[in-house]
Amino acid sequence: MAESAPLAARRSGRLIAHLWMVLGVIVVAFPVYYVFVASTHSLQTILRPPLPLLPGSEAVRNYSEAFSGGVSRIGGVSLWRLLANTTIVAMGIALGKIAISMASAYAIVFFRFPLRMACFWLIFITLMLPVEVRIQPTYKVMVDLGLINTYPGLILPLIASATATLLFRQFFMTIPDELLEAARVDGAGPWRFFKDILWPLSLTNVAAIFVIQFIYGWTQYLWPLLVTNSNEMNTIVIALKKMVSFADADTPWHLVMVTSVLAILPPILVVVLMQRWFVKGLVETEK
Amino acid sequence: MARILLNDVRKSYAGTQVIHGINMQIADGEFVVIVGPSGCGKSTLLRMVAGLEAITSGTVEIGDKVVNDLEPRQRDIAMVFQNYALYPHMSVRENMAYGLKIARMSKAEIGSRVAKAATMLELEPYLDRKPRALSGGQRQRVAMGRALVREPAALLLDEPLSNLDAKLRVQMRLQIKEMHLRTGQTTLYVTHDQVEAMTLADRLIVMNKGVAEQIATPLEVYQRPASEFVAGFIGSPAMNIFTVSAADGRVTLPGGAVLPLPVPRGGDLRLGLRPEHMRMAEPGEAAIPVVLRSVERLGADAFGYGMIEGSDVSFVLRLPGTSTLDRGDRVEAVPDPAHLHFFDPESGKRIEG
Repeated sequence: MAESAPLAARRSGRLIAHLWMVLGVIVVAFPVYYVFVASTHSLQTILRPPLPLLPGSEAVRNYSEAFSGGVSRIGGVSLWRLLANTTIVAMGIALGKIAISMASAYAIVFFRFPLRMACFWLIFITLMLPVEVRIQPTYKVMVDLGLINTYPGLILPLIASATATLLFRQFFMTIPDELLEAARVDGAGPWRFFKDILWPLSLTNVAAIFVIQFIYGWTQYLWPLLVTNSNEMNTIVIALKKMVSFADADTPWHLVMVTSVLAILPPILVVVLMQRWFVKGLVETEK
Repeated sequence: MARILLNDVRKSYAGTQVIHGINMQIADGEFVVIVGPSGCGKSTLLRMVAGLEAITSGTVEIGDKVVNDLEPRQRDIAMVFQNYALYPHMSVRENMAYGLKIARMSKAEIGSRVAKAATMLELEPYLDRKPRALSGGQRQRVAMGRALVREPAALLLDEPLSNLDAKLRVQMRLQIKEMHLRTGQTTLYVTHDQVEAMTLADRLIVMNKGVAEQIATPLEVYQRPASEFVAGFIGSPAMNIFTVSAADGRVTLPGGAVLPLPVPRGGDLRLGLRPEHMRMAEPGEAAIPVVLRSVERLGADAFGYGMIEGSDVSFVLRLPGTSTLDRGDRVEAVPDPAHLHFFDPESGKRIEG
């Protein structure tokens, strides 16, 4: 009796906790699920409320229609092109951010040069200046450089990243000085130290930052909206927005839902595929 | 292999001098140990030789070449770090081969050198393991191997054994000594452990507050310590050192007892007596009266800790292991006149008697 009471209490506590978490999952996941359900019904079913809670039978038709020209009829550009555009932009942003923030963190942590701390603070301060704040001057620069409607124009302004620089800086600072000294004694110059020692040790961090930044790039809205005016250069998020800008009844909702599902899938794929590394990179302390 | 020459080497941090002019010549193949308490600058000195710390003034020569402005990799040295600093993502084999790979040595040569070092250090079964799968002693051996495969002009070791447990430390100490005999490598070894220092060194540098108090063979340091600091640092238990007033071949001890001793000069002196250089007094003989406060029995020996009677000066002396003396007993100790150490109370320097 005396022993079972706390156990029971713990069990009911755990039950409540689980219920609470299940509730959270439902709240977050239900709209996503609903999008998927909608993408498998015909336009007529969607327009006639209430929308069924279970997937319908139109999935194959909707998806093949979307890929075989349905989307390009509305948005003027094929779904393939949209996915390719978005992939290029998201990859460009993620890889560009990793490259530039690793380089700057490497300089700040491992080199002594005049105004080193000033540089650090300059980078740090840009945290206070998100894209939206500096959007007008950035746009002007892009126009002057002739980068409107180009991939570099979509990618470059979003690459500079204080967050990733800080993350890499924190990680680099956990590398024991003696490891650097051992490498120096072994004859490794700055480049070799980076390539042979720092990079392999950073891989899990790189993976984590790649996942975060890929999703960040994939879901960009404001900047791609501004810097592209040709449909050919649209990202999938922009195309989605353009697809629904008709009067409600004219919107091909079934195709919009298909496009939405396809917009969600790649980030999910990236997270699932890199999950192990991602978690390792965020929690790992082992040196 | 090469000799190392330190010529008035100094180091300052932001105006504060921490190394005050070290002069030394280390012969080819010599094993020199830098020993001193923490904060005495011993590691800094080693790191200056390695090229990891800038030299403020003076010169360091390795093999007839002034290396002040050379990067560590240009100095032809190898170093073993206190926490080993193995590359965590490389296997034991890769760790050892890394420096050779950078030096663009042929694969065959790298392979044979690593194999040779692995055999010598008994690391063959672990060559493909990562450092985290190794014990502390094994990691230490990998660090040694990484340094040895380079066959450097000078081998530098920075407290390489201080992260090991006592038993392993003794084992590795013997192994290092043996390895030195086999390779004849010019070696500079930093430690705070006087046993390591005494057993490994051809010569010692005893450092205190950035000054080399004495540079000599271990035996010389033990028998003729150049200063009160060295006298107190080397030897275990530490030498008894106290102030006496000397006149006419006699000294007056703290507490008032008078002892006939061959004194170098009159006036106040610091007298140093090792616990092991003492015998019990014959009846009626002039002696140092000590009241014991505790007796440590080590089996072969026992050490009696107490005070000189009538004073608050503590005193240690070695007793036979079978001694039945105990706390509260009074003993009379007579110092061996062949092992007297006198130091100047002002400068702390040895006064030759």
